[in-house]
Formats: sequence, structure tokens, C-alpha cells
Amino acid sequence: MNATPHSDDALVLYGQRFQSRLLLGTSRYPSPAVLEAAVARSKPAMVTASLRRQGSNAAETGSDFWALLKRLNVPVLPNTAGCMRLQEAITTAQMAREVFETPWIKLELIGDDYTLQPDTLNLVEAASILIKDGFQVLPYCTEDLVLCQRLVDVGCQAVMPWAAPIGTGRGPVNPYAMQTLRERLDVPLICDAGLGLPSHACQVMEWGFDAVLLNTAVALSPDPIAMAGAFADATAAGHAAYRAGTMQAQDMAQPSTPVLGTPFWHQSN
Amino acid sequence: MTLQILLNNQATALPEGATVAVALAQLQPRPPFAVAVNTVFVPKGQYESCHLKTGDKLEVISPITGG
Repeated sequence: MNATPHSDDALVLYGQRFQSRLLLGTSRYPSPAVLEAAVARSKPAMVTASLRRQGSNAAETGSDFWALLKRLNVPVLPNTAGCMRLQEAITTAQMAREVFETPWIKLELIGDDYTLQPDTLNLVEAASILIKDGFQVLPYCTEDLVLCQRLVDVGCQAVMPWAAPIGTGRGPVNPYAMQTLRERLDVPLICDAGLGLPSHACQVMEWGFDAVLLNTAVALSPDPIAMAGAFADATAAGHAAYRAGTMQAQDMAQPSTPVLGTPFWHQSN
Repeated sequence: MTLQILLNNQATALPEGATVAVALAQLQPRPPFAVAVNTVFVPKGQYESCHLKTGDKLEVISPITGG
């Protein structure tokens, strides 16, 4: 249960080592300066970005954002957010590879625009196509064990199950399934989406997840910079606890201080 | 003669035989960007050789914040 996946304790994805186990989204911050400071505070392994038509959101797109990404000097993980058809996701990934000059892709293929639940049937096929095309795919998926296994079978060297729907901040809604993933799969698990509190991040890391990816919980905090730091600390703490190994919970109380020699132990009047 | 395409969802007239490179010269997007025609990716090395026809949908996209 508490195996240490790598002797030097680095997160390893597709053979690349990362010293941080936090991946941070770049959307919805009060300003680019706050985003930059949040990244500086939390030192994430990667930051996520997306693609849109120029001018579709002048405040968050274009050359200013590109300059900011370059300034951050953190690996960029492009996503295929908003794609609801297999071909859209494939094309967006190919465009992202050219724009960001990276084979990394966070594969999002949405099947339901109310819950933003992944289209799990097409997700496996999309992942298979992209991996054959040379991509390093990190698929956003549900916590379904068989789905995650199929993604591994087609070549995904890590999977990214959600804790809860994107942007809800509800924390893990299916702890049993998430813990089962750790017990059954040997690839890195990155909890992607639905985390609202640093304690949520700590929890999934204590279960043996290898990293967390989050955005909204930091960006919409009244103090995103401090919250970015809190998530970084919580993620590291949860991972340290997993490596240390946890005690077995039990029903009966046990004194933590030895009772032998207690001067007034069970003394009668 | 002109051909009519949708360039980032805007109706756009181009000279007959226009390529992706011609369309981009008209739009003048700020780099970096990438292009797809009818949801199929067009690598930058093919802008000069990829000819457009009436009804084509050309998308030019750039980096944006994302989660």
C-alpha cells in the first residue's frame, strides 16, 4: 500500500522527472500578475493552458499571455478543453503541439456539458490515436477502474481521474473508487478536477495519488497566492504521509501515555 | 472571381485559388497560432500548398489561459 514509486521521490511522467507534485491551471485569476505570483509561490511541475480563436477573450489570450507563459519558465501542459467530438480533440491536440512546441497534452473530451463529465467511450480511442502520433497523453477521466485500465492499455503512462466535476470544489465524491485505483494500477495517478480545499489535495495524496491538478480553488480564492502555497504544502504533506505509512485505525481507545507507574491510577477512596 | 469561406466564423471573401497563406495574410494573426481547415490540422509547412474552396471553415487559434 505504501510503496515508494521512485527512490529519489521525483514525480516521473513519461520518463521526465518533476520535483513538484502540483500541476496548476492558469485560468480565472484576478490578474496576470496574481497568476504569476501564485506560480512563483507554489512552484508547480507544470501549468496548463488552452487554445482559442484570437480575440475571443482579449483579457486572457494573445501575445501578453504567451509572454507571461515564457516568463514563468514552467513546463506547459496544453489541454483540449471544450472539445466534445473525437476529431475536435485530435485536431486541437495537434494544433497545441505546434503552438506550444510540446508533445504533452491534457486530453479533455467532454461528453456532457452540464457536469463536464468525460466522454469515456471516445476518450480511449482519442488517447490511442494521439499516443500513436507521438503525444504524451495525460487523460482527464472519471475514477472508473476499467476505464483507467483501458487508458493504460492503449499507452497512457499516467491517468488523471477527477475527484468531482470541474470547478465544483466538492473534493473526492467517491473515495472508495479512488483508493481502489491506487491499489489496482501501477501508473502515476493525478487527481484532476473537483478539489476545493488543501485538505482535499492532502487526502488524495495520502491515498497514494502521485500529483494533483487544480485551478479554480486557487484562482477564485480571495488570496490566490496564499492559497497556491497552501495547496503546494498540502500536496507535499499528503505525499510525505503516504510514503511514511499510516497506522491502522481501530475501534478501541488505547492510551498513548504508558499507565504503568501512574501514581493515582484507579486509586479508590 | 472570389471564394467564400468562414475565417474564425466570419464570412470572408478570398481570391479564387487562395491558399491558407493568403487567408492568413488577410487576417494577420499575432503569433504564435495554429490553423485547421474543416476541423483538420494544417501544419505551418503546408500553408502555401493548402488551397481553399468555397464553404471551407478555417480556424486560427492562439494560446489562452486554461485549467
